[in-house]
Amino acid sequence: MAETEVSKKRKRPIVRLAVLLLSHSVLVSVICCTAGVFGLLLLPVLAKNTYISENALMPGSASSMLSNQEVSEANKLIKELNNLHSNPLGATTESHGIIAKYMSNLGAQVNNHKFHPQLNQFHPLHFFSGPDSGVMQENSTRSLYGINTVGIIRAPRGDGKEAIVLVTPYNAVKGGVRETLSLGIAYSVFSLLTRVTWLAKDIIWLVADSQYGEYAPVAAWLRDYHTPAFSNLDSLNTETCHVGNNNFESKISYGIRRSGTMAAALVLGVAYGNENEDTLGIYAEASNGQMPNLDLINIVHYLAVHRQGLRVKVEQFHWLLNSKWVKSLGEVFESLGKMVKTLNPDWKLGISAADYVEGAATLASSLYHQALGVPTGPHGAFRDYQVDAITLEFSLRISFDRLDRRNDFLLHGGRLIEGVIRSVNNLLEKFHQSFFLYLLTSPSKFVSVGVYMIAFALLVAPLPVVAASLYAKTLDLNPTSEKDKSATSNELGSVLQSWKWLNSVKTVFVVHFWGATVSLLPYFISQIPDSDPTTNFSVWILLSILSLEILRWILVSPSSHIYGLPQGEWAILKSATISSFFIGLGLMSVINFATAEIGALLMVPMALMAHPLKLDVRGQSLRSILRMICNLVLGVISFPPATFFVFKGVIEGFSGIKAGDFWNWVESLWAWNSATYLYIAARS
Amino acid sequence: MAILLSRRSNLLAVVVLLLCQLFLYATVSSSGSVLKQGGGEEFSEELLLKPFPDRKVLAHFHFQSRAPHSSSHGRHHHLFPKAIAQLVKKFRVKEMELSFTQGRWRYEQWGGFDPLSSNNAKPPGVELWAVFDVPQSLVDVYWRNLTHTLSGLFCASINFLESSTTYSAPELTFKPSFGNLRYGTLPREAVCTENLTPWLKLLPCRDKAGLSALMDRPSIYRGFYHSQRLRLTSSESGSDEVDSGIGLDQTLTVVLQPSSWRTGKTYSVETNIQPSWSISSIFGRNIPGKCVIAKSSNVYLQLDNGLVGELKNLERENAKYVANTFESEGFQSNHAFKISVTPDKVFEEVDNLHGKSTSVIYGFSVEKYSDSQPFDLGLTWKIPVVWSCQQAPLHASRFLMGSGNERGAIAISLEPTESSEGLPTSHIIDGRCELRVDIFQVVPWYIKVYFHTLQVFVDKQPRAMADVVDKIRVSPSKDKVSPGVMEMILKLPCGSKSAAFSLEFDKGFLHIDEYPPDANQGFDIPSALISFPSFNARMNFSEDEFLNNSPILSKFQHALQRHHHYMHSICIVFWIIAQCASEAC
Repeated sequence: MAETEVSKKRKRPIVRLAVLLLSHSVLVSVICCTAGVFGLLLLPVLAKNTYISENALMPGSASSMLSNQEVSEANKLIKELNNLHSNPLGATTESHGIIAKYMSNLGAQVNNHKFHPQLNQFHPLHFFSGPDSGVMQENSTRSLYGINTVGIIRAPRGDGKEAIVLVTPYNAVKGGVRETLSLGIAYSVFSLLTRVTWLAKDIIWLVADSQYGEYAPVAAWLRDYHTPAFSNLDSLNTETCHVGNNNFESKISYGIRRSGTMAAALVLGVAYGNENEDTLGIYAEASNGQMPNLDLINIVHYLAVHRQGLRVKVEQFHWLLNSKWVKSLGEVFESLGKMVKTLNPDWKLGISAADYVEGAATLASSLYHQALGVPTGPHGAFRDYQVDAITLEFSLRISFDRLDRRNDFLLHGGRLIEGVIRSVNNLLEKFHQSFFLYLLTSPSKFVSVGVYMIAFALLVAPLPVVAASLYAKTLDLNPTSEKDKSATSNELGSVLQSWKWLNSVKTVFVVHFWGATVSLLPYFISQIPDSDPTTNFSVWILLSILSLEILRWILVSPSSHIYGLPQGEWAILKSATISSFFIGLGLMSVINFATAEIGALLMVPMALMAHPLKLDVRGQSLRSILRMICNLVLGVISFPPATFFVFKGVIEGFSGIKAGDFWNWVESLWAWNSATYLYIAARS
Repeated sequence: MAILLSRRSNLLAVVVLLLCQLFLYATVSSSGSVLKQGGGEEFSEELLLKPFPDRKVLAHFHFQSRAPHSSSHGRHHHLFPKAIAQLVKKFRVKEMELSFTQGRWRYEQWGGFDPLSSNNAKPPGVELWAVFDVPQSLVDVYWRNLTHTLSGLFCASINFLESSTTYSAPELTFKPSFGNLRYGTLPREAVCTENLTPWLKLLPCRDKAGLSALMDRPSIYRGFYHSQRLRLTSSESGSDEVDSGIGLDQTLTVVLQPSSWRTGKTYSVETNIQPSWSISSIFGRNIPGKCVIAKSSNVYLQLDNGLVGELKNLERENAKYVANTFESEGFQSNHAFKISVTPDKVFEEVDNLHGKSTSVIYGFSVEKYSDSQPFDLGLTWKIPVVWSCQQAPLHASRFLMGSGNERGAIAISLEPTESSEGLPTSHIIDGRCELRVDIFQVVPWYIKVYFHTLQVFVDKQPRAMADVVDKIRVSPSKDKVSPGVMEMILKLPCGSKSAAFSLEFDKGFLHIDEYPPDANQGFDIPSALISFPSFNARMNFSEDEFLNNSPILSKFQHALQRHHHYMHSICIVFWIIAQCASEAC
């Protein structure tokens, strides 16, 4: 006995701490969860001001060279294109011809790029294969095609190893003044850049044919740029089925011209603003929650605000701006900040309530878009090739009809783009200096990975603790049998005992497998011809239930002891489920933080609260009924989003990689969800 | 033992003394002879100007120095730079070419077929190749010493070519050689005045007089292409009377934008009129007469055959000017353009292979000009002219495929240029029409190319390698020892619309100290070289004796160099893990 006491005392402090945590697992999990949620709410307060990290960028250090001369040239192009719109007949080919003519007159190399819009496909496993050379299905899309026009300026000093890309989506058929204006901005910059001597990187101007959406043409061009198909499968860009009777037009080749690796890409758009001042919207979220380097956003923000006097905004959840509780939370934080300041004037935590609300709305939108994994614009296509890209959307306070107003707008927009290009042109290395993992709380404020991970870690921390404590408890529940076994030294028995968790792991695995099957189903369902979303959806539900039954029949029923409910069996099951959650969330946080964070917010309380319904029903106490209600509510809450989003996915059919990423999100959430859901269901 | 040693040292001393005496005698006698015949050394300077279709102007300086072989004339030189003579002697250089280039030669706009472009278009950065007159086992040692000497001579990091990972020994495609050729490039070397100054020092007049006085640094570095070249040939005396000795050709090729067109009214879409320029408007200086030591000092203005053809067409349309033929008038002042100085000579290319239009060269001698009356050649355009330069038979481009941090592919694509529909018929072997194309490519060791993945596509159809590749020589890279070299001799069927090659590679995992500074910039794969041996880039002129005295024109005429075409370097970015420590990423 004395010896054991000594050994207990000799236990290392970390072990003692672990034991302490395990014994108070409920308390620990409550504290951690609250702290995690609190930390998330505190993020707008902790946001830091952005700063330009790469010294080579030097934004705004050179005075702008864009003058009214370029603007008036751009106006000519705009006028000519607008005239075309008045007679829509044959506007498509002619507008390409006009743009190409203007480009080549500037001395740029011009080529057309023909592409087929991809069908709305739902490729669940596309995410894993990555962007591949566009091997298309030989189906009816042959007749549909769009034409991108690409102009390249070869840098006078450069060696053509790097390029900067300008993208202007343009719909020749339906494009209004808006789109021609963005073309005008790009053209004014382009015409300036053909003459400057400081250019070290090539400039590629892609006029993306957006009649099949803005994303598809850019993605198609990037695919052909990076992974061309040499063999005959895709002879799209060689065939000369071209109707242009213009002599000049026939000279433009359809072979893709290349420059070097892309340093950065800017997508330009113009929107009708209904605000009081000229604003510039920045869209940065690419597929799967990837963000461009923060420096790119920084230079755009710096130049727009300090040089061109534009107001910069990023996306926000507007409903959050008006919500009462966020406002009151902001007030609480404001007063807290003031209090902290009285304690130590050096701590600058306080932000005003209005700022907090703004920050929270932006943060929420930033989190949401990253978690969704669907790019917020054509810039998303670039991130798949590791090119930093953002979409800039100019919006004007009044209409563009007045010429002086329009000139002013073109001048400001052009100067902004010129400044950004000049900064990126200065770069010796690719963007690497600043953050890639961040959340924006305003155009000039960000939360870095080091800060937001704390909140997430706190939120997830209870999972292993609870899992371990549950497991430990089940071991303690039948100590007598264990003692017996050790006494009789029944080797087999003790082995069986210690490997008991395998059964529950198997159950968890089966449930996950079911989840995976269910999430793969939409792909096959979408292959069914001539079906509307509602039938698709019902077929899907039916199939998933069917597969669940089959799985249960095949795999689960042999181990009928789950229904036998031996004491403590459910606890092991729960601990296995929680562990798998923990591993899944941990992995997910590396891949896509926002998804993991939202997933954790939904799952962690549910996972911790989960308790067999049957026991609750039997228990009849107030506490157990409360717990039962909580379980059901949480279960339902966390289930519908998945169904909703998958439903959306099936209806809208995100194409290509978007579907893949979306898929990824759905799959993970779904797998976890279904596991828990089924677990709860099986208990009841 | 001690006695033996001392005896030996004695003997050595005697030998050394004897040698010294011999040497002294030799120098004294030879210097006398040098004085007698003006050194047998000669120097000539020339400048060729040529308008390009894209409103730019090419200026090509050519300085040629010759010296008889040092063994017959001793160590002293009057005109020839001593540093070069010593270098040739010490490292037994038979042939050598060093080029510093900034910017790209635009084959599509500036032409890729005439002798000028195929000799003077060079890859960006530094390129050095040399042929040594030593046994093969010693070549590497001599190369290393040569790189260090050149590095010191030209203020450049040519010494990095010393490492065996940076140079290679091409055998098949680059130049006929017998294992004593070495070739190395530094694609990222920046070129600036610090390289030009030592290069100018090799000229007898530096940039104080003669044509080199035009080299106003801001103007020549403002250009779109800048290539400074030094080429050495040396041959043992006795082999050939004319060519024996050392020949040094220094050329500077710049492509400049005449500034006038921007200052005038804005360039509008309708008028394609070429900018008018003069030497003083391009360079900001005039030619203050010739370098007095120079044997000849000439300026040429070349109008290439596309332009001449276009002008003739215009002429024909304008009935008014029909009487005014080119041959008689030399059309220095016609309805299309005006040359401000009357040319001393007009050369017209005869019998172009294609039987189409021929190019015209105006020659101007600078000898009669002086400080008080400087030479300033101007070209004024009167009507818009649109033409295109003569293209190489194939347009070649090389690019990277794939994205990501692990693997990718290098692709080379060949397409017939616009001028020729399909591949030009050139070579008929066994009744089959074929075009021979040589490709030479060096890949650094950290890009692990899998040569077995070479795929060949002709006309978008995958082909077996044996169908297209006539000969191939591959030396795979060795980690940290030698680069991978691929040389291919292709036989493409005539009339093919396209050909493409792809090679897969893995990006090697480098140790942290193997990254260069600014590691996130990526690594450059040096330019690949493609040549068309079945095409001769040469021009024929009728008058002979004048041409032989002119280095530029005789180069044009006798150039039997193969048709070289560089595919510009590409950059591979490696993911740098070590850099992340500096800041959160």
